[in-house]
Amino acid sequence: MRKRILLFIPLLVFIILVVLFNAQMDTDPTQLDMARAGQPVPDFSLEALDEPTRTLNNADLPDQPYLINVWATWCPACRVEHPYLVDLKEKGINIVGLDYKDERDKAVAWLTDLGDPYSLVLFDKDGRLGLDLGVYGAPETYVVDSEGLLRYRHIGIVNEKVWQDILRPQLIEAGWKP
Amino acid sequence: MTRLLRTLMMLMVMSLSGHLPAAIYEFSSPELQERFEELVYELRCPKCQNQNIADSNSPLASDLRDEVQRLLEDGYSDEAIRNHMTDRYGEFVLYKPQVNERTAILWFGPAAAVLTALIGLFWWLRVKARRDHVAAEAAPQVDEMDEQRLAELKRQAADYEVRRD
Repeated sequence: MRKRILLFIPLLVFIILVVLFNAQMDTDPTQLDMARAGQPVPDFSLEALDEPTRTLNNADLPDQPYLINVWATWCPACRVEHPYLVDLKEKGINIVGLDYKDERDKAVAWLTDLGDPYSLVLFDKDGRLGLDLGVYGAPETYVVDSEGLLRYRHIGIVNEKVWQDILRPQLIEAGWKP
Repeated sequence: MTRLLRTLMMLMVMSLSGHLPAAIYEFSSPELQERFEELVYELRCPKCQNQNIADSNSPLASDLRDEVQRLLEDGYSDEAIRNHMTDRYGEFVLYKPQVNERTAILWFGPAAAVLTALIGLFWWLRVKARRDHVAAEAAPQVDEMDEQRLAELKRQAADYEVRRD
């Protein structure tokens, strides 16, 4: 009788493994948690993309909930999401652009050709603010609340589904009123 | 043939040394260089997840190496540099994570598994030893009466054989 029970051990181990693997199925290991969650936007002093002589710092950021979109002309996925960002701007969403490790001429031409969805574009040539934010690729989109605290980070492109399912609820939670 | 072989080996050695981007960094003191080399080996690249920042060619790894160099020259301690990186990229960047609630399973999991196996093995051996002991106890003992009876039977058998002859 005792022997019989022991025969079920492999089945039990198998079931435990199925449960463990299944729990890991939907987690993407390339998506890192945002280390900066709940913290203010790091201090920065960067040139405006369109005006090299104008220096922007934290005081220039919006005081209502907004998005920070990390983009660059070398990033193909950024081109994919760009038209949707323009749509969001038309819906009245305040998006601050962070032009990450890019060339100014190309970036200016990009916005002229494809439309400018940003209320403000920080030119982060060396990726300094990017590093302080914990950016590890483009595009990334951050949700910032009215206190200037970083609430959420989305890795990858923004589209209708991402907006409806993730960013819009996050922005509402951050105090944004549709 | 030997020449070809020698050339091939030379190329292999050269391709190995080409994979050390960390070697091109210059420091104000050899001590900083040493600490740099240790740090870039234990910091993990967030973009190319199975490489450290010494090994990776990604632009982000290169930025992080620059940052480590800058912080070292600014007089940061190793601990402060590690904290600087985890503040930005989370525990993920440490190949040797700190011991805390979230990483406990990484640190103690293997030891716990080995311990469980040892306890299991010990228990199984004890049960087995006890079972053998019980079996030995239960086995029929040959006592004096039996021996006399056995001798009697053997004698009868011998008589029987003699008679048959």
